[in-house]
Amino acid sequence: MAITLTDLEVGQEVGRSTIEVTRLDLVKYAGASGDFNPIHWNESFARGVDLPGVIAHGMFTMGSAVQAVTDWIGDPTAVVDYQTRFTRPVVVEDTTAQPGVPGATVEVTGVVGAIDTDNSTARIDLTVSAGGQKVLVKAQAVVRIW
Amino acid sequence: MTINPDLQGRSYPATAVYTVGREKIREFAHAVKATHPAHFDAEAAAALGHRDVVAPPTFAIIVAQQADAQLINDPEAGIDFTRVVHADQRFTHHRPIVAGDELVAELHVDQVRAMGGGAMITTRAEISTVEGEKTATTTSSILVRGEDQ
Repeated sequence: MAITLTDLEVGQEVGRSTIEVTRLDLVKYAGASGDFNPIHWNESFARGVDLPGVIAHGMFTMGSAVQAVTDWIGDPTAVVDYQTRFTRPVVVEDTTAQPGVPGATVEVTGVVGAIDTDNSTARIDLTVSAGGQKVLVKAQAVVRIW
Repeated sequence: MTINPDLQGRSYPATAVYTVGREKIREFAHAVKATHPAHFDAEAAAALGHRDVVAPPTFAIIVAQQADAQLINDPEAGIDFTRVVHADQRFTHHRPIVAGDELVAELHVDQVRAMGGGAMITTRAEISTVEGEKTATTTSSILVRGEDQ
């Protein structure tokens, strides 16, 4: 069923997701993206540069959070603009020896932030948190709605 | 090491051609835990009107970071990569990125602001196909931490 602008109202929740993150996920993201900064996979290196431990790539968090929007709209290419600020690192514990146990859990909620009938778009505002604290701020995806 | 304030307004020429591979889109989609069939299955993408599998919304970071590397690795810039923190990121898509696209990115240094002993640097990568079709604009700010930050 196609979503239309008239179905939407500001403040309406459109999606919600829980992203479980392991060290393996960060290694996969490093390989897929080409970002091999060791702060995302090496504990001693991360601590050596005054981080609390291995942290997720900000771009991993940004990239996975938007699935709440694409799952809702049904077409990933409907996201015509997507931005965020990275405010707090997502620390990923080493759970390698405990299969199925996440090293961090990221919670995502998307609500309609604005509706632009002239351009036939809606802005979805994402709340993205880990450990009860926001990790992305001003995370906004503009979605074209035909 | 201090950031060269003359960086502002500088541009770096288009990067080497990046050919968007079908398997790379699938790999990247898996890596960001995307499940939409249009990333994996050409027929599902075709049903949405696309020539081949489509990239997830943040895929362009691969191309943008190759363009950024020109600045980071520029000895005149004075950027210590171990002190770089990603502060913000934006993607504006002019048209979807699809497997088979041949992309180039031109990098612009839009702003350099001193912050404490470090600097906030905002760059913009204009990504287009080799045929000249505008594909995406990505904007990124990095904070280069000073010695005491």
